[in-house]
Amino acid sequence: MADYKWPPMSTRKAIGQRVSRLDGIEKSSGRAKYTSDYKRQNMLHAAPVTCPHPHARIVKIDTSAAEKMPGYKGAHMLDKPGDVVSWASWDIGYVAAETEQQARDAARAVKVEYEARPHVVHDHDLTKAGDRVKPSGEKIEGDVDAAFKAADAVSEGTYYIPVLTHCCLEPHGSVVQFDGTKAEFNPSTQAVTAIQGDLARALEIPAANVHVHQDHIGGGFGSKFQADRWGLASAHLSKMNGGRPVRVYLERNIELTIAGVRPSAGAKIKLAGKKDGTITAWESASWASGGLTGGGSPPIPYVYTKIPNLRQTHQAVSLNTAPIRAWRAPNHQQASFLTCCAMDDLAAKLGIDPMTVYLKNASQTARPETYVRQLNKAAELAEWKKLWHPRTQLTSGAVKRGLGIGVCTWGGAGHAATARVNIHADGSVEVELGSQDLGTGTRTIIAQVAAESLGLRVSDIKVKIGDTNFPSAGTSGGSTTVGGVSSATRKGAINALVKLFEEVAESLGAPADQLEAVDGKIQVKGTPAKNLTWKAACQKLGVKTITETGQNDPRTAPREGLNTGGVGGVQIADVSVDTETGIVRMNRLVAVQDIGLVVNPKLAESQVYGACIMSICGALMEERIMDTITGRVLNADMEFYKLAGIKDIGDIVCHLEIDPENDGRGIIGLGEPPAVGGIAAIANAVANAIGKRVSWVPLTPDRVLDTLEGRA
Amino acid sequence: MSQSKDPSREQTPTKPRGFSRRGFIHGVGVTGAVAPGLLQDSASAQTPAAVMGPGAVPITLNINGKMVKLSVEPRVTLLDALRNNLDLTGAKRVCDRGTCGACTVLLDGKVAYACSLLAIDVQGRKITTIEGFALEGGKPHPVVQAFVDHDAQQCGYCTPGFVVAAKGFLDTTPNPTMDQVKDGLGGNLCRCGTYVGVRAAVMDAASKMKGGRRG
Repeated sequence: MADYKWPPMSTRKAIGQRVSRLDGIEKSSGRAKYTSDYKRQNMLHAAPVTCPHPHARIVKIDTSAAEKMPGYKGAHMLDKPGDVVSWASWDIGYVAAETEQQARDAARAVKVEYEARPHVVHDHDLTKAGDRVKPSGEKIEGDVDAAFKAADAVSEGTYYIPVLTHCCLEPHGSVVQFDGTKAEFNPSTQAVTAIQGDLARALEIPAANVHVHQDHIGGGFGSKFQADRWGLASAHLSKMNGGRPVRVYLERNIELTIAGVRPSAGAKIKLAGKKDGTITAWESASWASGGLTGGGSPPIPYVYTKIPNLRQTHQAVSLNTAPIRAWRAPNHQQASFLTCCAMDDLAAKLGIDPMTVYLKNASQTARPETYVRQLNKAAELAEWKKLWHPRTQLTSGAVKRGLGIGVCTWGGAGHAATARVNIHADGSVEVELGSQDLGTGTRTIIAQVAAESLGLRVSDIKVKIGDTNFPSAGTSGGSTTVGGVSSATRKGAINALVKLFEEVAESLGAPADQLEAVDGKIQVKGTPAKNLTWKAACQKLGVKTITETGQNDPRTAPREGLNTGGVGGVQIADVSVDTETGIVRMNRLVAVQDIGLVVNPKLAESQVYGACIMSICGALMEERIMDTITGRVLNADMEFYKLAGIKDIGDIVCHLEIDPENDGRGIIGLGEPPAVGGIAAIANAVANAIGKRVSWVPLTPDRVLDTLEGRA
Repeated sequence: MSQSKDPSREQTPTKPRGFSRRGFIHGVGVTGAVAPGLLQDSASAQTPAAVMGPGAVPITLNINGKMVKLSVEPRVTLLDALRNNLDLTGAKRVCDRGTCGACTVLLDGKVAYACSLLAIDVQGRKITTIEGFALEGGKPHPVVQAFVDHDAQQCGYCTPGFVVAAKGFLDTTPNPTMDQVKDGLGGNLCRCGTYVGVRAAVMDAASKMKGGRRG
């Protein structure tokens, strides 16, 4: 069997290099075509008919006025009279027309009668959520009451982290062409392979009859796995029009309302601790919602999972809001925020440095050494010793400075993926996978792995992804892509190389297993002078093309060691809070992350920077705001659904633990873990700065002032 | 919060050349309501415009140095005209309300949001899109190259807008300080979080374009 092991760190020539992303020029120059840029011949546009009520029964749908509108080309209703709509902006159907404006006009002309029903859209005050709260059982471990009695200090706090929207810059949507038998499908998706079957099932046609193609996706963050109602409706509208392509991309207000949210979470948490910082007991009553089905269930206590005495309840709250979708590190941001805030408050109650609490309790985590090492490194980079102060000794002046800690953990092992590697007689090499590049750099790392494996330059490799004509690859979620596609590519490339060795062994006068590919040559091991250039070697293929595949199977991957999962990370935030205006400014966010084998440090750093900036958005700005009376989203636009700008982020310090020990673990995904701890770190830094806990993120000026004035 | 750029405020001509959505909202925001007197004044100050629409009307735009004829409804924004009628898709439609800058173009050399301008209103103006300079002569513009070198992009959907904004900024501020970069690019939003790269890229592009001092 071929040896697929990663070459030693010291001998690598392509893996580990700071290669610029291969599609960089294409994207920066505006040439990259996203599916929302597609302008197909004879293309129609469609627009949704949306429900204004958060909860209603459809009484009557009348499309007669719409049918008379200019450019009208048909309506496809997904719901019928009698159906119940459970959130505002629910898309009950789509209308097609010749132009986008005409489609919107015609959709607005569809008359729908509703019978409104009572709704609930808030879960931050459970007393107002009535029968929407579904109680759960109680989980008890150890002797909680005794532990609280014996404690040196007990802290209590209530913390709440709200619903966020994904706010992908490229809205959800697709271009679909469907003639009743076959479909050409160009979605904006994180799941090129899986979405083929998803649309096929909905259209009741064989998956083989759906062809999916997507070169680029303008953001997904966990919200773009399915064909969705708009994809399905477009297909029907296309069929209705003899297979003319139909395009739908949601307008921003609809996008922010129905195309995915991160669930909220709240918890009342009580902690018991000893003078030395040891946490002895945890008691929590938590709740969460992300829509009708109740939503998330944050794994608390987070990271510090071995606290001996526990009592926990959790309640799911059903709301008339659009459903949750996976949101970069599902449940983890909430869990990290709830846990780390409570730990920070316990430290304050004990009158000790929270760093001591985090270090002291590292033994109550699954990775004590990792967290101790990372806490110390993060403390050094954040100048913890110099800048941290007790909550009782605030910095002078109206602008107060503070530091806070957040931690993370994640899996990140590779998903199932198959790579096809073609070596052509002219020496050109293709690597093909039905994968997708979310902007994480998937294309680039595939090329680096193939180049490393074949002894070629990165520029010698042509990477082809984003198409169902290529072998299947997993969806890009949960930081599983880099491990999956890298391992599959490695195996496919080695398998192809073995075939090439067999082809040229005779002319090099050595057995195939004595050949190696180095620096664009095939040479005899130990006798590098006996060699063929890559091109000359490939010429010996004549009319043949070598085509080999390699597969990553998550069931066998742990044995093979090419990829693995399980990381820790620590973040420290350094903020300044203006106590007169309530404005929080980022000074610095330090992220220390272990990561396994790093294929491309430049791209990996970008992931961490981006994750940190997302945390800043989540800690200081982002929040979906619902209107109690109308049940609609009040800030379904980008003016009032705030994201951080270039000036809002302070300095970001990224420390990746790249060393032989980590490297030996194989490749581990990096998308989620650095997006977890930042919100907690910032919330704790604000508490440190002003000496009081602002219990609700985002830490907007009004909340900070309310806390300072005792109104919270 | 970062300061947003207001395209209508950055335009230098003394006479308003038409309504931008952003400018209109800005005006309303300041006064609380549009004073009837103001409307009359501005109406009488302009020559009466020919009534156009509501159907599609022929217009001519000067885009990337070429005169382009197209037919659009008067309500169509410059952004939608570029994307839907002319297949110039570097400018992206993201917020569609003058907030995020993904649709940034240059209007007579100044940075503007194409989602907030009507196509019929920018006739006679010099419109430069990313396609007009990014790969001129087959070579990446220094700003484009710097964005690649500093990995100032992830999903890339905001990136062309950032590149155009950066070019427009550097054309007027060739030797920026980092603080000026943060203000100058404050009118563009990124969701993936590429600002660290963007900061470095704009500073690097500045030094390469001018060979000048760093602030």
